Amino acid sequence: MTLQMLPYLLAFLLLVVGLYAIVAKRNVIKIIVGLAILDYAVNLILVLVGYRTTPGAAPMAPILTGGMANEPALVAGAVDPLPQALVLTSIVISLSVTALLVALGLRLYEKYRTFDTQRMRNLRG
Amino acid sequence: MQGMSLIVKNVTRLVAGFIAIFGVYTVFYGHVSPGGGFAGGVILAGALVLIVLAFGEEFSRKVLPHRVAKISDALGAMGFLLVALFGYMAGGFFVNFLPPGEPCTLFSAGTIPISNLAIGVKVGAGLFSAFLALALFRRQGEGNPRGLISGRPNDGGSDGDEP
Amino acid sequence: MDPVLILLLALFGFMLIGSIVAVETRDLLSSVICLGAVGFGTSVAFLLLGAPDLAITQVVVEILVLVVLVRVVITRKDETQATSRSTLAVGSVMLVLGVLVAVMFWMLAGAGDGRLKMRAFGDPLMNETAAAATAAPAGEPQIATTSAEPGSIGGAYLKHDLVGTPVSRGTGAANYVMGIVLDSRGYDTLGEATVIFTAIVGAYAVLRRIGRQAHARDVADR
Repeated sequence: MTLQMLPYLLAFLLLVVGLYAIVAKRNVIKIIVGLAILDYAVNLILVLVGYRTTPGAAPMAPILTGGMANEPALVAGAVDPLPQALVLTSIVISLSVTALLVALGLRLYEKYRTFDTQRMRNLRG
Repeated sequence: MQGMSLIVKNVTRLVAGFIAIFGVYTVFYGHVSPGGGFAGGVILAGALVLIVLAFGEEFSRKVLPHRVAKISDALGAMGFLLVALFGYMAGGFFVNFLPPGEPCTLFSAGTIPISNLAIGVKVGAGLFSAFLALALFRRQGEGNPRGLISGRPNDGGSDGDEP
Repeated sequence: MDPVLILLLALFGFMLIGSIVAVETRDLLSSVICLGAVGFGTSVAFLLLGAPDLAITQVVVEILVLVVLVRVVITRKDETQATSRSTLAVGSVMLVLGVLVAVMFWMLAGAGDGRLKMRAFGDPLMNETAAAATAAPAGEPQIATTSAEPGSIGGAYLKHDLVGTPVSRGTGAANYVMGIVLDSRGYDTLGEATVIFTAIVGAYAVLRRIGRQAHARDVADR
């Protein structure tokens, strides 16, 4: 049973690493990298929850190929499509939010000449 | 932003069209094979970003103006909303009002190909214009910043005192 | 032993090492490149888990993020300082939090009724039929037969989306994920398009130069 829990645990550790980078790092670029790692980990955990094994073969993606004759096999053995639908929009949203944060970082660098938040606090521009 | 070397420019001339075609294919066949509006739109944005990076800012300002990207972004979002509003013809908001057709063919699944097209245009144009805004942002008082390949990065800059 | 499970564990180990290097290294360019490794590893993980749409989208999104971040980092040099004392305190708090939630995972795996339990990897909730889930909570999950209803919404979408029920028309899309995103849950996609639009307009608003101010600064530099 423990081996079946291990993917969840590792993906969760990835989330904790991203969260640590956001909370504990002083460099703005490190904070952006941490947020990106957090996004990837959350998407991974969501897709991991919906996985269904096909014994002895590759997992069946929820796409119908070769006409309606294959539909009963797909309904009985395919991976859950709902978490994939949630994650699909989440990936593109994380790209847009990263672009917004990079724009903020560029403005901060232009004003303070540094990416270090501690020095920004000391400068009080 | 300067362009890149001659090899990169020639390879981009050969390859960028194929990337754009692949993006359009992914958008249109999104309901039959893996992909869809989001993946196809981001691939299309990738092709446009490649052209801007390889040929530099002055050339691509004529070919891919920023104004057209912003307008296409808004038009794509409005197109998606219009498809949703047209669902009122069949009973309610976002109702699929075109016939479902035979699965695994191109003209099937009702309004889903039209929604895919709107989403693809929106995501592609929006991400390309965001990249343009980020890449063409310059510090005050410096000249043309150096491109990605062409040498050492900028030093501290010499633009006087900040107000 | 499931080969997908072994491959997935090896991939997650690689991604964990990459993410720790990305967070801890002092050079910003190395940090961004390790972020690229984590992103591509995520794409391969999506392929292994049977999600080809997500794999395509993740690869291209990762490439765009890398282009933007490398461009920002490589022209603006700023040496990161050594870690201060507050980092150590915050880091230890985060580690304790991580250990606590991992312990909570294990507790949930054993306690509660069948619906609250964390299911084993590869055996999602839709394997149970709806009747079996309420009748025998701690019993063996059964594979959904074609006559019974699946135990979760994802299973119901798999079963009814293509052909439809007597009440609602089916989508007709062979790609079930796009059918859910654009037809069954189309309203959420409208909200997501709004979020992307707002984020991009926010990026414009931050990067915009006010006309007169820029001109005044240019004059002062001469």
